[in-house]
Amino acid sequence: MIAAGHPDVKTARRPREGGRRFPLHWIGALPFLLYVALFLLLPTVIVVVGAFAGKDGPTLSNITDLNQQFVLNAFVSSLLISTASALVGAVAGALLAYAVATGNPRGVLRRVVSSACGVLAQFGGVTLAFAFIATIGSVGFIRLWLQDRGIDIYSNGVWLTELPGLVLVYTYFQIPLMVLVFLPALDGIRPQWREATESLGGGTWHYWRYVAGPLLAPAFLGATLLLFANAFSAYATAAALISQGNPIVPIAISNFLTSETGRNNPGLAQALALGMVLIVAIVMTLYALLQRRTSRWLR
Amino acid sequence: MTRARRLRLRLFRVIVLVLGGAFFLVPIGAMFEFSTRGNRVGAPRTLEAWTTIVTYPDLLGAIRDSLGLAAITSVAMLLLLLPTMIWVRLRLPQLKRTIEFLCLLPLTIPAIVLVVGLSPVYRWMAINLVDTIFLLSFAYVVLVLPFAYRALDAGLSAIDVKTLSEAARSLGAGWGTVMFRVIAPNMSGALLNASLLSVALVLGEFTFANLLSYLNLQVEIFQLGLANAGTSIAVSVASLMFAFILLVILSFFGRARARGAHERAGLPFPGAAGGGLR
Repeated sequence: MIAAGHPDVKTARRPREGGRRFPLHWIGALPFLLYVALFLLLPTVIVVVGAFAGKDGPTLSNITDLNQQFVLNAFVSSLLISTASALVGAVAGALLAYAVATGNPRGVLRRVVSSACGVLAQFGGVTLAFAFIATIGSVGFIRLWLQDRGIDIYSNGVWLTELPGLVLVYTYFQIPLMVLVFLPALDGIRPQWREATESLGGGTWHYWRYVAGPLLAPAFLGATLLLFANAFSAYATAAALISQGNPIVPIAISNFLTSETGRNNPGLAQALALGMVLIVAIVMTLYALLQRRTSRWLR
Repeated sequence: MTRARRLRLRLFRVIVLVLGGAFFLVPIGAMFEFSTRGNRVGAPRTLEAWTTIVTYPDLLGAIRDSLGLAAITSVAMLLLLLPTMIWVRLRLPQLKRTIEFLCLLPLTIPAIVLVVGLSPVYRWMAINLVDTIFLLSFAYVVLVLPFAYRALDAGLSAIDVKTLSEAARSLGAGWGTVMFRVIAPNMSGALLNASLLSVALVLGEFTFANLLSYLNLQVEIFQLGLANAGTSIAVSVASLMFAFILLVILSFFGRARARGAHERAGLPFPGAAGGGLR
Protein backbone atom coordinates (compact mmCIF):
# COMPACT_ATOMS: atom_id res chain seq x y z
CA MET A 1 0.00 0.00 0.00
CA ILE A 2 1.12 3.51 -0.68
CA ALA A 3 -0.54 5.17 2.26
CA ALA A 4 1.51 3.26 4.78
CA GLY A 5 0.51 3.25 8.38
CA HIS A 6 -3.06 4.43 8.10
CA PRO A 7 -5.51 2.34 10.10
CA ASP A 8 -6.70 0.01 7.44
CA VAL A 9 -10.02 -1.76 7.67
CA LYS A 10 -9.89 -5.50 8.15
CA THR A 11 -12.48 -6.69 5.76
CA ALA A 12 -13.30 -9.96 4.09
CA ARG A 13 -11.52 -8.79 0.96
CA ARG A 14 -8.83 -10.69 -0.77
CA PRO A 15 -5.44 -9.91 0.70
CA ARG A 16 -3.77 -7.01 -1.00
CA GLU A 17 -1.06 -7.78 -3.45
CA GLY A 18 2.19 -6.00 -2.76
CA GLY A 19 3.94 -3.46 -4.92
CA ARG A 20 2.89 0.02 -6.02
CA ARG A 21 -0.36 0.44 -7.87
CA PHE A 22 -2.91 3.17 -8.28
CA PRO A 23 -4.64 3.51 -4.92
CA LEU A 24 -8.18 2.61 -5.92
CA HIS A 25 -9.77 3.72 -2.70
CA TRP A 26 -9.03 7.36 -3.58
CA ILE A 27 -11.72 7.06 -6.24
CA GLY A 28 -14.31 7.07 -3.46
CA ALA A 29 -13.55 10.71 -2.67
CA LEU A 30 -13.38 11.83 -6.28
CA PRO A 31 -17.04 12.75 -6.93
CA PHE A 32 -17.08 15.06 -3.95
CA LEU A 33 -13.71 16.62 -4.75
CA LEU A 34 -14.73 17.17 -8.38
CA TYR A 35 -18.00 18.77 -7.33
CA VAL A 36 -16.30 21.11 -4.90
CA ALA A 37 -13.66 21.95 -7.48
CA LEU A 38 -16.35 22.85 -10.04
CA PHE A 39 -18.77 24.80 -7.88
CA LEU A 40 -16.63 26.22 -5.09
CA LEU A 41 -12.99 26.42 -6.16
CA LEU A 42 -13.57 27.25 -9.83
CA PRO A 43 -15.78 30.28 -8.98
CA THR A 44 -13.15 31.51 -6.55
CA VAL A 45 -10.46 31.14 -9.20
CA ILE A 46 -12.69 32.93 -11.74
CA VAL A 47 -13.00 35.88 -9.36
CA VAL A 48 -9.29 36.08 -8.65
CA VAL A 49 -8.19 35.59 -12.26
CA GLY A 50 -11.00 37.71 -13.67
CA ALA A 51 -10.00 40.64 -11.50
CA PHE A 52 -6.67 40.74 -13.36
CA ALA A 53 -7.96 39.85 -16.83
CA GLY A 54 -8.98 42.21 -19.60
CA LYS A 55 -10.27 41.69 -23.13
CA ASP A 56 -6.75 41.11 -24.37
CA GLY A 57 -4.59 39.47 -21.77
CA PRO A 58 -3.73 40.29 -18.19
CA THR A 59 -4.31 43.82 -16.99
CA LEU A 60 -4.45 45.87 -13.84
CA SER A 61 -7.18 48.14 -15.20
CA ASN A 62 -9.93 46.48 -13.14
CA ILE A 63 -7.94 47.08 -10.00
CA THR A 64 -7.09 50.67 -10.90
CA ASP A 65 -10.77 51.20 -11.79
CA LEU A 66 -11.51 50.60 -8.12
CA ASN A 67 -10.01 54.02 -7.51
CA GLN A 68 -13.22 55.84 -8.40
CA GLN A 69 -15.21 58.00 -6.07
CA PHE A 70 -18.38 55.89 -6.00
CA VAL A 71 -16.43 52.64 -5.51
CA LEU A 72 -14.52 54.14 -2.62
CA ASN A 73 -17.81 55.48 -1.24
CA ALA A 74 -19.31 52.00 -1.44
CA PHE A 75 -16.39 50.56 0.53
CA VAL A 76 -16.63 53.35 3.10
CA SER A 77 -20.40 52.79 3.48
CA SER A 78 -19.89 49.03 3.81
CA LEU A 79 -17.16 49.43 6.41
CA LEU A 80 -19.24 51.96 8.32
CA ILE A 81 -22.43 49.92 8.53
CA SER A 82 -20.49 46.72 9.28
CA THR A 83 -18.57 48.40 12.09
CA ALA A 84 -21.64 50.09 13.52
CA SER A 85 -23.83 46.99 13.41
CA ALA A 86 -20.99 44.83 14.76
CA LEU A 87 -20.46 47.17 17.73
CA VAL A 88 -24.16 47.54 18.51
CA GLY A 89 -24.72 43.80 18.05
CA ALA A 90 -21.70 42.90 20.17
CA VAL A 91 -22.64 45.12 23.11
CA ALA A 92 -26.35 44.22 23.08
CA GLY A 93 -25.57 40.55 22.43
CA ALA A 94 -23.03 40.44 25.26
CA LEU A 95 -25.59 41.92 27.68
CA LEU A 96 -28.21 39.41 26.56
CA ALA A 97 -25.69 36.57 26.83
CA TYR A 98 -24.77 37.71 30.34
CA ALA A 99 -28.43 37.80 31.34
CA VAL A 100 -28.76 34.22 30.09
CA ALA A 101 -25.45 32.97 31.52
CA THR A 102 -26.31 34.14 35.04
CA GLY A 103 -29.45 32.02 35.00
CA ASN A 104 -29.90 28.30 35.49
CA PRO A 105 -27.55 26.57 33.01
CA ARG A 106 -30.11 23.81 32.39
CA GLY A 107 -33.17 26.01 32.66
CA VAL A 108 -35.95 26.52 30.13
CA LEU A 109 -34.93 30.14 29.54
CA ARG A 110 -31.51 29.18 28.38
CA ARG A 111 -32.77 26.44 26.09
CA VAL A 112 -35.34 28.74 24.54
CA VAL A 113 -32.91 31.64 24.10
CA SER A 114 -30.17 29.54 22.53
CA SER A 115 -32.62 27.78 20.19
CA ALA A 116 -34.17 31.10 19.21
CA CYS A 117 -30.73 32.61 18.63
CA GLY A 118 -29.71 29.66 16.47
CA VAL A 119 -32.73 30.33 14.28
CA LEU A 120 -32.59 34.13 14.28
CA ALA A 121 -28.86 34.28 13.53
CA GLN A 122 -29.67 32.68 10.15
CA PHE A 123 -32.62 34.99 9.55
CA GLY A 124 -32.26 37.63 6.89
CA GLY A 125 -32.98 38.65 3.37
CA VAL A 126 -36.29 39.79 1.95
CA THR A 127 -38.34 38.53 4.88
CA LEU A 128 -36.28 40.44 7.42
CA ALA A 129 -36.46 43.61 5.37
CA PHE A 130 -40.25 43.22 5.13
CA ALA A 131 -40.52 42.61 8.85
CA PHE A 132 -38.91 45.96 9.55
CA ILE A 133 -40.91 47.72 6.85
CA ALA A 134 -44.07 46.37 8.52
CA THR A 135 -42.76 47.58 11.90
CA ILE A 136 -41.27 50.99 11.34
CA GLY A 137 -41.76 51.57 7.62
CA SER A 138 -43.73 54.65 6.61
CA VAL A 139 -47.01 52.80 7.30
CA GLY A 140 -45.50 50.42 9.84
CA PHE A 141 -47.24 49.45 13.04
CA ILE A 142 -44.85 51.15 15.49
CA ARG A 143 -44.40 54.19 13.28
CA LEU A 144 -48.18 54.81 13.11
CA TRP A 145 -48.56 54.18 16.84
CA LEU A 146 -45.86 56.75 17.61
CA GLN A 147 -47.32 59.18 15.09
CA ASP A 148 -50.67 59.07 16.89
CA ARG A 149 -48.79 60.20 19.96
CA GLY A 150 -47.15 63.09 18.18
CA ILE A 151 -43.75 61.49 17.60
CA ASP A 152 -42.54 61.43 14.00
CA ILE A 153 -39.50 59.17 13.64
CA TYR A 154 -39.15 60.25 10.01
CA SER A 155 -39.14 64.01 10.52
CA ASN A 156 -35.75 64.04 8.76
CA GLY A 157 -36.69 61.64 5.98
CA VAL A 158 -37.29 57.88 5.84
CA TRP A 159 -33.98 56.62 7.22
CA LEU A 160 -35.10 52.97 7.23
CA THR A 161 -34.16 52.56 3.57
CA GLU A 162 -30.85 54.36 4.11
CA LEU A 163 -27.67 53.22 5.84
CA PRO A 164 -28.86 53.88 9.45
CA GLY A 165 -31.88 51.67 8.76
CA LEU A 166 -29.59 48.95 7.49
CA VAL A 167 -27.62 49.06 10.75
CA LEU A 168 -30.82 48.65 12.74
CA VAL A 169 -32.04 45.75 10.57
CA TYR A 170 -28.63 44.02 10.68
CA THR A 171 -28.63 44.05 14.50
CA TYR A 172 -31.59 41.68 14.25
CA PHE A 173 -29.26 38.87 13.18
CA GLN A 174 -26.09 40.27 14.76
CA ILE A 175 -27.37 40.10 18.36
CA PRO A 176 -28.34 36.39 18.18
CA LEU A 177 -25.02 35.56 16.55
CA MET A 178 -23.20 37.38 19.37
CA VAL A 179 -25.16 35.45 21.98
CA LEU A 180 -24.21 32.15 20.30
CA VAL A 181 -20.52 33.03 20.07
CA PHE A 182 -20.14 34.80 23.41
CA LEU A 183 -22.15 32.48 25.65
CA PRO A 184 -19.45 29.76 25.78
CA ALA A 185 -16.89 32.41 26.82
CA LEU A 186 -19.16 33.61 29.63
CA ASP A 187 -19.66 30.02 30.74
CA GLY A 188 -15.88 29.77 31.14
CA ILE A 189 -15.96 32.42 33.89
CA ARG A 190 -15.81 30.71 37.27
CA PRO A 191 -17.60 32.07 40.34
CA GLN A 192 -14.44 31.36 42.34
CA TRP A 193 -12.65 34.18 40.55
CA ARG A 194 -15.21 36.64 41.84
CA GLU A 195 -14.92 35.18 45.34
CA ALA A 196 -11.15 35.47 45.14
CA THR A 197 -11.48 39.13 44.12
CA GLU A 198 -13.79 39.78 47.04
CA SER A 199 -11.58 38.01 49.56
CA LEU A 200 -8.75 40.25 48.40
CA GLY A 201 -10.96 43.26 49.11
CA GLY A 202 -12.02 44.08 45.55
CA GLY A 203 -15.47 45.28 44.60
CA THR A 204 -17.58 44.86 41.49
CA TRP A 205 -15.55 47.51 39.63
CA HIS A 206 -12.26 45.78 40.44
CA TYR A 207 -13.63 42.44 39.39
CA TRP A 208 -14.74 43.65 35.97
CA ARG A 209 -11.74 45.92 35.44
CA TYR A 210 -8.97 43.53 36.47
CA VAL A 211 -10.37 40.00 36.28
CA ALA A 212 -13.40 39.34 34.09
CA GLY A 213 -12.79 42.22 31.70
CA PRO A 214 -9.29 41.23 30.56
CA LEU A 215 -10.31 37.56 30.41
CA LEU A 216 -13.33 38.24 28.24
CA ALA A 217 -11.72 40.93 26.08
CA PRO A 218 -10.21 38.60 23.44
CA ALA A 219 -13.46 36.65 23.14
CA PHE A 220 -15.44 39.87 22.87
CA LEU A 221 -13.13 41.36 20.26
CA GLY A 222 -13.08 38.12 18.29
CA ALA A 223 -16.85 37.90 18.29
CA THR A 224 -17.06 41.53 17.17
CA LEU A 225 -14.80 40.72 14.22
CA LEU A 226 -17.00 37.77 13.28
CA LEU A 227 -20.04 40.06 13.42
CA PHE A 228 -18.20 42.55 11.25
CA ALA A 229 -17.47 39.94 8.57
CA ASN A 230 -21.06 38.76 8.85
CA ALA A 231 -22.49 42.22 8.13
CA PHE A 232 -19.86 42.97 5.51
CA SER A 233 -20.82 39.87 3.46
CA ALA A 234 -24.58 40.40 3.68
CA TYR A 235 -26.34 41.16 0.42
CA ALA A 236 -29.98 40.02 0.37
CA THR A 237 -31.23 42.18 3.23
CA ALA A 238 -29.67 45.32 1.79
CA ALA A 239 -30.92 44.51 -1.71
CA ALA A 240 -34.48 44.23 -0.43
CA LEU A 241 -34.31 47.30 1.80
CA ILE A 242 -32.10 49.96 0.23
CA SER A 243 -33.86 51.99 -2.43
CA GLN A 244 -31.21 54.20 -3.96
CA GLY A 245 -28.45 56.56 -2.95
CA ASN A 246 -24.97 55.40 -2.14
CA PRO A 247 -24.91 51.61 -2.25
CA ILE A 248 -22.75 49.26 -0.23
CA VAL A 249 -20.16 47.00 -1.89
CA PRO A 250 -22.39 43.89 -2.42
CA ILE A 251 -25.03 46.09 -4.10
CA ALA A 252 -22.37 47.76 -6.24
CA ILE A 253 -21.17 44.29 -7.30
CA SER A 254 -24.68 43.21 -8.23
CA ASN A 255 -25.13 46.41 -10.28
CA PHE A 256 -22.03 45.57 -12.30
CA LEU A 257 -23.00 41.92 -12.61
CA THR A 258 -26.54 42.20 -13.96
CA SER A 259 -26.82 43.83 -17.33
CA GLU A 260 -30.16 45.53 -16.63
CA THR A 261 -28.48 48.62 -15.28
CA GLY A 262 -26.60 49.14 -18.53
CA ARG A 263 -23.32 49.38 -16.67
CA ASN A 264 -22.52 45.71 -17.03
CA ASN A 265 -18.85 45.28 -16.15
CA PRO A 266 -17.93 41.77 -14.97
CA GLY A 267 -14.25 42.68 -14.65
CA LEU A 268 -14.98 45.41 -12.15
CA ALA A 269 -17.46 43.15 -10.33
CA GLN A 270 -14.68 40.58 -9.96
CA ALA A 271 -12.23 43.20 -8.71
CA LEU A 272 -14.77 44.36 -6.13
CA ALA A 273 -15.44 40.77 -5.12
CA LEU A 274 -11.70 40.22 -4.70
CA GLY A 275 -11.59 43.29 -2.46
CA MET A 276 -14.39 41.82 -0.34
CA VAL A 277 -12.65 38.46 -0.08
CA LEU A 278 -9.42 40.13 1.04
CA ILE A 279 -11.15 42.16 3.74
CA VAL A 280 -13.10 39.15 5.01
CA ALA A 281 -9.91 37.04 4.96
CA ILE A 282 -8.01 39.62 7.05
CA VAL A 283 -10.86 39.92 9.54
CA MET A 284 -11.28 36.15 9.84
CA THR A 285 -7.53 35.65 10.35
CA LEU A 286 -7.58 38.13 13.22
CA TYR A 287 -10.64 36.33 14.53
CA ALA A 288 -8.83 32.97 14.47
CA LEU A 289 -5.84 34.48 16.31
CA LEU A 290 -8.10 35.93 19.00
CA GLN A 291 -9.91 32.59 19.29
CA ARG A 292 -6.60 30.92 20.09
CA ARG A 293 -5.88 33.55 22.68
CA THR A 294 -9.34 33.08 24.20
CA SER A 295 -8.97 29.36 24.59
CA ARG A 296 -5.92 29.88 26.82
CA TRP A 297 -8.08 30.81 29.81
CA LEU A 298 -11.68 30.11 29.04
CA ARG A 299 -13.31 26.70 28.58
CA MET B 1 -23.34 37.14 46.94
CA THR B 2 -24.82 40.02 48.84
CA ARG B 3 -28.55 40.67 48.87
CA ALA B 4 -28.21 44.03 47.13
CA ARG B 5 -26.12 42.55 44.36
CA ARG B 6 -28.53 39.70 43.82
CA LEU B 7 -31.40 42.15 43.47
CA ARG B 8 -29.43 44.30 41.06
CA LEU B 9 -28.57 41.25 38.95
CA ARG B 10 -32.19 40.13 38.86
CA LEU B 11 -33.33 43.60 37.81
CA PHE B 12 -30.66 43.67 35.08
CA ARG B 13 -31.71 40.27 33.76
CA VAL B 14 -35.41 41.13 33.66
CA ILE B 15 -34.78 44.42 31.84
CA VAL B 16 -32.40 42.91 29.28
CA LEU B 17 -34.61 39.89 28.57
CA VAL B 18 -37.78 41.98 28.22
CA LEU B 19 -36.08 44.47 25.90
CA GLY B 20 -34.49 41.66 23.88
CA GLY B 21 -37.75 39.76 23.65
CA ALA B 22 -39.56 42.88 22.45
CA PHE B 23 -36.91 43.67 19.84
CA PHE B 24 -37.13 40.18 18.37
CA LEU B 25 -40.87 39.55 18.64
CA VAL B 26 -42.31 42.93 17.61
CA PRO B 27 -41.14 42.83 13.95
CA ILE B 28 -42.60 39.35 13.51
CA GLY B 29 -45.84 40.40 15.16
CA ALA B 30 -45.88 43.51 12.97
CA MET B 31 -45.77 41.31 9.86
CA PHE B 32 -48.88 39.48 11.04
CA GLU B 33 -50.52 42.80 11.79
CA PHE B 34 -49.61 44.20 8.39
CA SER B 35 -50.82 41.13 6.52
CA THR B 36 -54.29 41.30 8.11
CA ARG B 37 -54.92 44.99 7.45
CA GLY B 38 -57.93 46.17 5.47
CA ASN B 39 -57.58 48.27 2.36
CA ARG B 40 -58.74 51.57 3.87
CA VAL B 41 -57.85 53.39 7.03
CA GLY B 42 -60.11 52.11 9.77
CA ALA B 43 -61.23 49.08 7.76
CA PRO B 44 -61.79 45.92 9.82
CA ARG B 45 -59.18 43.15 9.98
CA THR B 46 -59.28 40.88 6.99
CA LEU B 47 -57.51 37.81 5.69
CA GLU B 48 -57.76 39.14 2.15
CA ALA B 49 -54.00 39.37 1.72
CA TRP B 50 -53.74 35.69 2.64
CA THR B 51 -56.57 34.49 0.42
CA THR B 52 -55.24 36.37 -2.62
CA ILE B 53 -52.03 34.30 -2.47
CA VAL B 54 -53.71 31.66 -4.63
CA THR B 55 -54.65 34.25 -7.29
CA TYR B 56 -51.02 34.83 -8.25
CA PRO B 57 -49.96 32.00 -10.59
CA ASP B 58 -46.36 33.31 -10.68
CA LEU B 59 -46.21 33.09 -6.93
CA LEU B 60 -47.61 29.57 -6.84
CA GLY B 61 -45.10 28.58 -9.52
CA ALA B 62 -42.28 30.07 -7.48
CA ILE B 63 -43.44 28.20 -4.38
CA ARG B 64 -43.47 24.96 -6.38
CA ASP B 65 -40.03 25.67 -7.84
CA SER B 66 -38.54 26.50 -4.45
CA LEU B 67 -39.96 23.34 -2.91
CA GLY B 68 -38.54 21.37 -5.84
CA LEU B 69 -35.16 23.06 -5.38
CA ALA B 70 -35.25 22.24 -1.68
CA ALA B 71 -36.00 18.58 -2.39
CA ILE B 72 -33.35 18.25 -5.12
CA THR B 73 -30.75 20.04 -3.01
CA SER B 74 -31.39 17.85 0.03
CA VAL B 75 -31.19 14.62 -1.94
CA ALA B 76 -28.14 15.71 -3.96
CA MET B 77 -26.40 16.89 -0.81
CA LEU B 78 -27.00 13.56 0.93
CA LEU B 79 -25.92 11.53 -2.09
CA LEU B 80 -22.76 13.56 -2.50
CA LEU B 81 -21.75 14.07 1.09
CA LEU B 82 -22.80 10.99 3.01
CA PRO B 83 -20.94 8.31 0.99
CA THR B 84 -17.87 10.56 0.87
CA MET B 85 -17.88 11.14 4.62
CA ILE B 86 -18.36 7.45 5.39
CA TRP B 87 -15.67 6.47 2.87
CA VAL B 88 -13.24 9.02 4.29
CA ARG B 89 -13.87 7.78 7.81
CA LEU B 90 -13.25 4.17 6.83
CA ARG B 91 -10.63 4.25 4.13
CA LEU B 92 -9.11 7.72 3.80
CA PRO B 93 -8.75 9.19 7.29
CA GLN B 94 -5.84 11.32 6.07
CA LEU B 95 -8.33 13.24 3.93
CA LYS B 96 -10.66 14.14 6.80
CA ARG B 97 -9.21 17.60 7.51
CA THR B 98 -9.30 18.49 3.82
CA ILE B 99 -12.94 17.48 3.44
CA GLU B 100 -13.84 19.36 6.59
CA PHE B 101 -12.02 22.46 5.40
CA LEU B 102 -13.69 22.36 1.99
CA CYS B 103 -17.12 21.84 3.53
CA LEU B 104 -16.76 24.77 5.92
CA LEU B 105 -15.21 27.06 3.29
CA PRO B 106 -18.55 28.45 2.02
CA LEU B 107 -19.05 29.94 5.47
CA THR B 108 -16.23 32.40 4.97
CA ILE B 109 -16.66 33.23 1.30
CA PRO B 110 -19.35 35.90 0.94
CA ALA B 111 -22.31 34.59 -1.06
CA ILE B 112 -22.12 37.56 -3.42
CA VAL B 113 -18.52 36.65 -4.27
CA LEU B 114 -19.54 33.08 -5.08
CA VAL B 115 -22.24 34.45 -7.36
CA VAL B 116 -19.72 36.59 -9.22
CA GLY B 117 -17.56 33.51 -9.78
CA LEU B 118 -20.50 31.26 -10.61
CA SER B 119 -22.19 33.53 -13.12
CA PRO B 120 -19.90 32.55 -16.05
CA VAL B 121 -20.36 28.88 -15.06
CA TYR B 122 -24.12 29.32 -15.06
CA ARG B 123 -24.08 31.20 -18.35
CA TRP B 124 -22.17 28.29 -19.85
CA MET B 125 -24.56 25.71 -18.40
CA ALA B 126 -27.64 27.64 -19.55
CA ILE B 127 -26.32 27.81 -23.11
CA ASN B 128 -24.74 24.39 -23.45
CA LEU B 129 -26.84 22.18 -21.20
CA VAL B 130 -30.33 23.23 -20.26
CA ASP B 131 -31.69 26.49 -18.88
CA THR B 132 -33.90 25.72 -15.92
CA ILE B 133 -34.28 27.10 -12.43
CA PHE B 134 -33.34 23.70 -11.05
CA LEU B 135 -29.74 24.38 -12.10
CA LEU B 136 -29.63 26.50 -8.94
CA SER B 137 -29.42 23.25 -6.98
CA PHE B 138 -25.76 22.96 -7.97
CA ALA B 139 -24.98 26.19 -6.14
CA TYR B 140 -27.34 25.43 -3.28
CA VAL B 141 -25.56 22.18 -2.50
CA VAL B 142 -22.41 24.25 -1.95
CA LEU B 143 -24.37 26.73 0.16
CA VAL B 144 -25.71 24.04 2.50
CA LEU B 145 -22.42 22.09 2.71
CA PRO B 146 -21.21 23.57 6.04
CA PHE B 147 -24.49 22.99 7.82
CA ALA B 148 -25.04 19.54 6.35
CA TYR B 149 -21.45 18.56 7.09
CA ARG B 150 -21.80 19.44 10.75
CA ALA B 151 -25.10 17.63 11.11
CA LEU B 152 -23.78 14.49 9.39
CA ASP B 153 -20.45 14.61 11.21
CA ALA B 154 -22.27 14.72 14.53
CA GLY B 155 -24.36 11.74 13.46
CA LEU B 156 -21.37 9.72 12.28
CA SER B 157 -19.45 10.47 15.47
CA ALA B 158 -22.32 9.11 17.52
CA ILE B 159 -22.22 5.63 15.98
CA ASP B 160 -19.42 3.14 15.58
CA VAL B 161 -19.09 3.33 11.80
CA LYS B 162 -16.08 1.06 11.69
CA THR B 163 -17.53 -1.86 13.61
CA LEU B 164 -20.80 -1.62 11.71
CA SER B 165 -19.08 -1.69 8.35
CA GLU B 166 -16.68 -4.46 9.34
CA ALA B 167 -19.57 -6.58 10.58
CA ALA B 168 -21.53 -6.00 7.40
CA ARG B 169 -18.52 -6.59 5.15
CA SER B 170 -17.57 -9.79 6.91
CA LEU B 171 -21.12 -11.02 6.27
CA GLY B 172 -20.55 -10.39 2.58
CA ALA B 173 -22.18 -7.00 2.10
CA GLY B 174 -20.96 -4.70 -0.66
CA TRP B 175 -20.10 -1.06 -0.05
CA GLY B 176 -23.52 0.09 -1.28
CA THR B 177 -25.24 -2.14 1.24
CA VAL B 178 -22.91 -0.93 3.99
CA MET B 179 -23.68 2.71 3.31
CA PHE B 180 -27.37 2.70 2.51
CA ARG B 181 -28.69 -0.28 4.45
CA VAL B 182 -26.38 -0.45 7.45
CA ILE B 183 -24.94 2.96 8.32
CA ALA B 184 -27.59 5.37 7.01
CA PRO B 185 -30.51 3.78 8.95
CA ASN B 186 -28.42 4.07 12.12
CA MET B 187 -28.09 7.82 11.80
CA SER B 188 -31.58 8.77 10.66
CA GLY B 189 -31.67 11.66 13.12
CA ALA B 190 -28.61 13.26 11.57
CA LEU B 191 -29.96 12.68 8.06
CA LEU B 192 -33.18 14.40 9.06
CA ASN B 193 -31.23 17.30 10.58
CA ALA B 194 -29.12 17.79 7.48
CA SER B 195 -32.16 17.63 5.20
CA LEU B 196 -34.28 20.01 7.27
CA LEU B 197 -31.43 22.53 7.42
CA SER B 198 -31.01 22.33 3.66
CA VAL B 199 -34.72 22.82 3.08
CA ALA B 200 -34.84 25.83 5.40
CA LEU B 201 -31.80 27.41 3.75
CA VAL B 202 -33.01 26.84 0.20
CA LEU B 203 -36.49 28.23 0.91
CA GLY B 204 -34.91 31.42 2.28
CA GLU B 205 -32.34 31.89 -0.45
CA PHE B 206 -32.42 35.16 -2.41
CA THR B 207 -28.89 36.17 -3.45
CA PHE B 208 -28.06 33.40 -5.94
CA ALA B 209 -31.49 33.30 -7.55
CA ASN B 210 -31.80 37.06 -7.89
CA LEU B 211 -28.38 37.61 -9.41
CA LEU B 212 -28.47 34.56 -11.67
CA SER B 213 -31.93 35.74 -12.85
CA TYR B 214 -34.08 32.87 -11.67
CA LEU B 215 -37.46 33.43 -10.00
CA ASN B 216 -37.47 31.44 -6.79
CA LEU B 217 -39.80 32.04 -3.86
CA GLN B 218 -37.84 34.90 -2.27
CA VAL B 219 -37.28 36.72 -5.56
CA GLU B 220 -40.99 36.41 -6.36
CA ILE B 221 -41.92 37.69 -2.89
CA PHE B 222 -39.59 40.63 -3.39
CA GLN B 223 -41.07 41.52 -6.77
CA LEU B 224 -44.63 41.06 -5.51
CA GLY B 225 -43.79 43.41 -2.65
CA LEU B 226 -43.46 46.24 -5.16
CA ALA B 227 -47.06 45.68 -6.32
CA ASN B 228 -49.00 44.18 -3.41
CA ALA B 229 -47.27 44.66 -0.07
CA GLY B 230 -49.97 42.91 1.96
CA THR B 231 -49.87 39.63 0.05
CA SER B 232 -46.10 39.56 -0.25
CA ILE B 233 -45.80 40.03 3.51
CA ALA B 234 -48.40 37.30 4.04
CA VAL B 235 -46.30 34.89 1.96
CA SER B 236 -43.18 36.00 3.83
CA VAL B 237 -44.87 35.21 7.13
CA ALA B 238 -45.95 31.82 5.84
CA SER B 239 -42.49 30.89 4.54
CA LEU B 240 -40.91 32.25 7.70
CA MET B 241 -43.18 30.19 9.93
CA PHE B 242 -42.44 27.11 7.86
CA ALA B 243 -38.68 27.64 8.16
CA PHE B 244 -38.95 28.49 11.86
CA ILE B 245 -40.87 25.31 12.56
CA LEU B 246 -38.25 23.24 10.70
CA LEU B 247 -35.37 24.92 12.53
CA VAL B 248 -36.97 24.80 15.96
CA ILE B 249 -37.74 21.09 15.57
CA LEU B 250 -34.13 20.55 14.75
CA SER B 251 -32.64 22.77 17.41
CA PHE B 252 -34.41 20.64 20.01
CA PHE B 253 -33.30 17.52 18.17
CA GLY B 254 -29.57 17.11 17.96
CA ARG B 255 -28.18 20.13 19.74
CA ALA B 256 -26.42 18.30 22.52
CA ARG B 257 -24.66 16.00 20.08
CA ALA B 258 -23.88 18.67 17.55
CA ARG B 259 -22.09 20.87 20.07
CA GLY B 260 -19.07 18.61 20.26
CA ALA B 261 -18.69 18.62 16.50
CA HIS B 262 -18.66 22.42 16.39
CA GLU B 263 -15.83 22.67 18.83
CA ARG B 264 -13.71 20.25 16.91
CA ALA B 265 -14.41 22.05 13.69
CA GLY B 266 -11.86 24.73 14.50
CA LEU B 267 -13.82 27.30 12.52
CA PRO B 268 -16.33 29.69 14.05
CA PHE B 269 -19.22 27.89 15.67
CA PRO B 270 -22.15 29.47 13.84
CA GLY B 271 -19.59 30.72 11.36
CA ALA B 272 -21.93 33.08 9.65
CA ALA B 273 -19.27 35.26 8.06
CA GLY B 274 -20.35 34.26 4.57
CA GLY B 275 -23.80 35.66 5.14
CA GLY B 276 -25.44 32.81 3.24
CA LEU B 277 -29.02 33.96 3.57
CA ARG B 278 -28.37 37.55 4.37
